[in-house]
Amino acid sequence: MQRGLTKLGLTEIRIGGFGGQGVILAAVVIGKAAAIFEGGYATMTQSFGPEARGGSSSAQVILSGDPILYPYVANPDILVVMSQEAYTRFSPQLKPGGILITEQELVRIDQAPTGIRMYGVPATRLAEELGRKVVLNIVMVGFFGAVTNMLNPDNLRQAVADSVPPAMQKLNLQAFDKGFAYGAEMIQGLAEDKDAEQLFALES
Amino acid sequence: MHADPKGVLTGVHFLDGDHACCEGTLAAGARFSAGYPITPSTEVVERFAWRIPTVGGIFIQMEDELAASIAIQGAVWGGAKAFTVTSGPGFSLMMEHIGYAAITETPCVFVNVQRGGPSTGLPTLPAQADMMQAKWGSHGDYSIIALCPNSPQECFDLTITAFNLSEEFRVPVMMMLDECVGHMTEKVVIPEADTIAITPRRFTKKTPEEFRLFEPQSDMVPDMVKAGDGYRFHVTGLTHDERGYPSMNVETQDVLVRRMHDKLKPFENGRAIYEAEFLDDAEVVVVSYGITSRVAQRALQLAREQGVKAGKFRMISAWPFPEQHIRELAGRVKAFVVPELNMGQMVREVERCAAGKAKVVSVPHAGGSVHDPDVILKAILEAAR
Repeated sequence: MQRGLTKLGLTEIRIGGFGGQGVILAAVVIGKAAAIFEGGYATMTQSFGPEARGGSSSAQVILSGDPILYPYVANPDILVVMSQEAYTRFSPQLKPGGILITEQELVRIDQAPTGIRMYGVPATRLAEELGRKVVLNIVMVGFFGAVTNMLNPDNLRQAVADSVPPAMQKLNLQAFDKGFAYGAEMIQGLAEDKDAEQLFALES
Repeated sequence: MHADPKGVLTGVHFLDGDHACCEGTLAAGARFSAGYPITPSTEVVERFAWRIPTVGGIFIQMEDELAASIAIQGAVWGGAKAFTVTSGPGFSLMMEHIGYAAITETPCVFVNVQRGGPSTGLPTLPAQADMMQAKWGSHGDYSIIALCPNSPQECFDLTITAFNLSEEFRVPVMMMLDECVGHMTEKVVIPEADTIAITPRRFTKKTPEEFRLFEPQSDMVPDMVKAGDGYRFHVTGLTHDERGYPSMNVETQDVLVRRMHDKLKPFENGRAIYEAEFLDDAEVVVVSYGITSRVAQRALQLAREQGVKAGKFRMISAWPFPEQHIRELAGRVKAFVVPELNMGQMVREVERCAAGKAKVVSVPHAGGSVHDPDVILKAILEAAR
């Protein structure tokens, strides 16, 4: 698959979860990877306002090979959710053909939306295996990197290192690698198993 | 003069507009800020309070915006470059001291990250409804400069410009951000300190005996002194003569107010900061500023794709109003379309300068978000008809 922002049209991403899960940092890492290390453009906005209260948090990142004009995301191409509330709230906005990425142990999907691709990762559990639950957001970023294949993984990795305090770098890079490996394995598994891919690429 | 490297965070960053604005103040040489927290502007001084101990300077969280807006002026007369930061309700409280900065010709910068109003309105959402207040909010006749960035990068760049202009013309300069630009995170390139031009304070070369506090130089702007350098001086908000002493009569008032009014003429005539595109063949010109200029740019692209001869005039300096440009355009275009996140403020200036020669279409928005580009597009298409 061709990678690189210059080959990419405008891609709109929304990330949602609880406050404290590191939603904003995840968005910063993705934006930074695109805008600084990949040489493209990225605009990140956070949801302030009433919806930012009561424990929920969300951020929007727009990536493009060209300067970005309109700053907000209405219908994301990619939705990353780390809480049930965020899933309920944002999944109806996902574009047809879009990608839904979930923290699969925190988000239960009774009836999967049709016409999208869906990938789940037990990010909290993977982070706990590293000894620190707090890095679940970076596990998500790694997983995002592997399943979307939009950004050069080295650039994403560098953006992780660049966005956390030096003392936390090693742990966060491990978290990134773990999430990325989980995603890469899943994609490879899907490629080998055409039936499974059908399941994940439901056509509406 | 170049920027002091101590304050310049050279490198490529991923910053929001508020933080980029803060880096702009430090690069410009600001070493004093006083503020009172208010969404969505707090991040500017939050970062300043965090950064300033390593750069060398002072941040004071004051008891309110009145105190903040006058503390910075004390710092300026003490020799510092200084600024304050606020949003709508706080901006209203600062009006009295904006007038004081104007009449005492105190160079300083007011950053207003605009949110929906009136009153407490929409604390966390954008608007551009303080544009007239920036110019006319304090009583009396005075002139200010107002700049409208549309990206975090410009929040950095234009904050330096704001400080430089305030020193050159000795006027308060308003940085008119909006919540969207203030809270938007993008790449911000901060260059090497020795490539950043800084306008130093215009300290007098005269001796204490010769010096007169408000004696205009050839550019109508007086030179300055600072406290503690052996010059005796008296700074007052009362109408004052060239010595700085109150002199409340028609003649002194006329000289002072006219000079305060006229000293920005050189800026008005030829130094307006703007971005223009497709004006050569334009039949409809979209006049915009701040975040709305980005949304308008999208509408403009769509209009041109449909074959409409639409051009862009983006005001970066909104005050003094770029009168000459609008007058000149009015003579050769069919219409102006003016989208803004208010019920129609700067459009009045466009109308005044168009003087009936071109149609002027307001595209108002009550604030809380930005325009849908299609709404602006529709206005362009109708104006072109």
